[in-house]
Amino acid sequence: MHSLTHIIFWVLFAPLLAFTRKQRIFWPLLALGLLLLFNELFTPGFFDLEVRDGHLYGTLVDILKHGGQMMLLALGMTLVIATGGVDLSVGAVMAVAGAVVAQAAVAHQQSAWVAMIFALAVCTLLGAWNGLLVAGIGIQPIVATLILMVAGRGMAQLISGGQIINFDNPTLVYLANGYSLGLPFTCVLALVVLGLTYALTRGTALGLFIESVGDNAVASRYSGVNDRFVKFTVYLFAGFCAGLAGLVAASNIKSADANHAGLYAELDAILAVVVGGTALAGGRFYLLGSIVGALLIQTLTTTMYARNVSADIAPVPKALVIIAVCLLQSEKARSYFTRVFPRKKSPVASEEPSGATAEKLNVGAGL
Amino acid sequence: MSPQSPKNALLEIRGLSKSFPGVRALEGVDFTVRSGEVHALMGENGAGKSTLIKVLTGVYERDAGEVRLDGNVIHPRSPREAEASGISTVYQEVNLIPDLSVAENICLGRQPVTFGKIRWGAIKQRAKRAIERLELDLDVSRQLSSCSLAIQQMVALARAIDVSAKLLILDEPTSSLDEREVAELFKVVRKLKGEGMGIVFVTHFMDQVYSLTDRITVLRNGRFVGEYPTAELPRIELVARMIGKDVKEVEALEKRHPGTGSIQAGEPFLSLKNVGRKGSVAPLDLSIRPGEVVGLAGLLGSGRTETARLIFGVDKADSGEMLVEGKSAVIHAPRTAMKYRIAFTAENRKVDGIIPNLSIRENIVLALQASKGAWKKLSRAKQDERLERFIKALRIKTPGPEQLIKNLSGGNQQKVLLARWLATEPKLFILDEPTRGIDVGAKAEIEKLIESLRKEGLAIIFISSELEEVVRTSQRVVIMRDRRKVGELSGAEITEQAIMGKIAVAAAEESHA
Repeated sequence: MHSLTHIIFWVLFAPLLAFTRKQRIFWPLLALGLLLLFNELFTPGFFDLEVRDGHLYGTLVDILKHGGQMMLLALGMTLVIATGGVDLSVGAVMAVAGAVVAQAAVAHQQSAWVAMIFALAVCTLLGAWNGLLVAGIGIQPIVATLILMVAGRGMAQLISGGQIINFDNPTLVYLANGYSLGLPFTCVLALVVLGLTYALTRGTALGLFIESVGDNAVASRYSGVNDRFVKFTVYLFAGFCAGLAGLVAASNIKSADANHAGLYAELDAILAVVVGGTALAGGRFYLLGSIVGALLIQTLTTTMYARNVSADIAPVPKALVIIAVCLLQSEKARSYFTRVFPRKKSPVASEEPSGATAEKLNVGAGL
Repeated sequence: MSPQSPKNALLEIRGLSKSFPGVRALEGVDFTVRSGEVHALMGENGAGKSTLIKVLTGVYERDAGEVRLDGNVIHPRSPREAEASGISTVYQEVNLIPDLSVAENICLGRQPVTFGKIRWGAIKQRAKRAIERLELDLDVSRQLSSCSLAIQQMVALARAIDVSAKLLILDEPTSSLDEREVAELFKVVRKLKGEGMGIVFVTHFMDQVYSLTDRITVLRNGRFVGEYPTAELPRIELVARMIGKDVKEVEALEKRHPGTGSIQAGEPFLSLKNVGRKGSVAPLDLSIRPGEVVGLAGLLGSGRTETARLIFGVDKADSGEMLVEGKSAVIHAPRTAMKYRIAFTAENRKVDGIIPNLSIRENIVLALQASKGAWKKLSRAKQDERLERFIKALRIKTPGPEQLIKNLSGGNQQKVLLARWLATEPKLFILDEPTRGIDVGAKAEIEKLIESLRKEGLAIIFISSELEEVVRTSQRVVIMRDRRKVGELSGAEITEQAIMGKIAVAAAEESHA
């Protein structure tokens, strides 16, 4: 049974790698594959799966479960970064979401659905606030969102009255602990949001506008693109995504903890986006890349736990792996390595102008 | 060494080749520059001039061939290495840091240092010497951004010759300068030439080639066509060599002149009444009819671009009234201008025009899509139909529409931008310096295009620093000076002399007042 899951997993993964060979997503996917291979070889029990009460259990499932939060954040962050901005407030917004949903459900006795919708609305408003500062007033994104990053946690404290609020509403608990379609619900939720985001950006021309504003805002404005509206929208969307992630985070520990919910989550989300192939300078964005990036970072964290690396030093090996992935993605670094360690039939890749090659990688990398 | 190499050769390139994936940029090119000469490197866009220069300055590595400087084979792998071996470059766009002082810019990256501490006194001294060598009168502690573009170009030049340069490469140094500034620059270049420096001059301005250079090397499609003494190569033959056609064909091209053409009478598409903006353009009247090309002539900074920006809503007018097809129109953003079917290509293609990392497809579709809004996405089939039409009609040279626009040559980028706007089916097209920095062939094509659009009934505002071009293209010319409209000429009155005359008269009036 166990060896079967191993075989199935690798049989599925290998062609996926081969299939994406020419696309941006290949490198984060390769890194994820290498990390999993490392665990396959050196971490006993990492790939073990078992079925309990009709649900799958195991380390891989845990990665999907805990990775869901970061995927949600990363989706919102991808669009913000694609416009050349950044949203540092998403962690604090998560805390607000938790505080609002818990207060509404516990203190005000609202139904879970009303509480969740209310929390999401508040977070979307907070996103709109960021959008207003960036697009309306023209404050640098780092500074504009820093305001809410600092203030948001205070707001969450204020809403929750400085207390950790526990809840046991089954609908709220289901968000992070339930299963649907055999997968953790968080993961299903993230995939649904991925689908929606994809439809919203690629099914319409919004994706083109986001990329053109991120690449050259002035020229986009001169071409009739409403650059302010585009920027406003992506911050609003990031707020909404952060709200969803905040609900999941609260559900996970069945309580709202304004101090710790989503702490440093913005950094992980930015990392996931960058590792996934979207450049911090803005322009082209890769939603699937960000999802793989989030999975990669979650796998790293889980690997640390599984190998009993103390939580205090875990960031160090994590950082090393992330540097390696970033280098892998860099055209320059790769060509340097091929020059130092030439392969037998190595083409003169190092002498191509970066533009032309980047183009080749981009083609068909639809997501 | 090949037999034709002359005795006083400073730079000798033999059989230089360089390929990029899918493109042979240079194939066995020879190029020789002697000490104390100004040598023009000519060719259409995509002929390989830029690649040749980038190989020389260490941006690219060559695939094959030999490069000798002063008899020694060199192999620069970075601009810094090239500078160290004596090759300095001044680029088309000023590559300096606007917030630093003139002195800092001149010495940046090679500051005199004692024990890690920068010797500011020495920096000033050195910068002063470099500036004096160019016979400029300039306070080196001024912030660079406070200097005019021409002065900034001079500072770039001072920086280039500050290192002991033997070979100076000037890559389109004059494209953002007006006539007086060009003359100033040339004085300096002649002085450097007198000091025995070898100078490579790349430009699209024919006049400048003939007034400044001693010799011309022509490239076409990455190959060496020939080397000629400037005095022995008539202009028309030069053009013929560059585009690879007969002299007769070129003559036919040059004679084409829409002249007074058929000026359509009728209602103006757009009229400005007293429209202006404080600190930008003094209130002016202007009207333009369908089927008419109105040229905006004047020196750099005379208010031509500012007028275009007012019409297109990039800047908001603070006085006067605009009428579109007889009805009052308030245009406060490019978006609103587009609703009135007005299109605008900005003067600075790289900064305000192209979206560099997006494909040709996306760059062309952008404006049309923006006017339709985000929700009504153009289907792939509709995009393809337009792409095919415009790539063919404008003869955009590209392997395919998915190429990134930044990989195209300047002329082709400009064509993509024209396609972007033509796709929106405009009624008024404002073209701000559409031919700047592009080659003769593409220039002629764009002029031809303007003429055919005019015949189709478009109203066109044409802005150019090259008076010949304005004369050749326009039915009416509005003359600007010091951010004011100073006159208007139409039909047969339009000549270069008349335009210059109006500018001069305006200047004289000013000095009287």
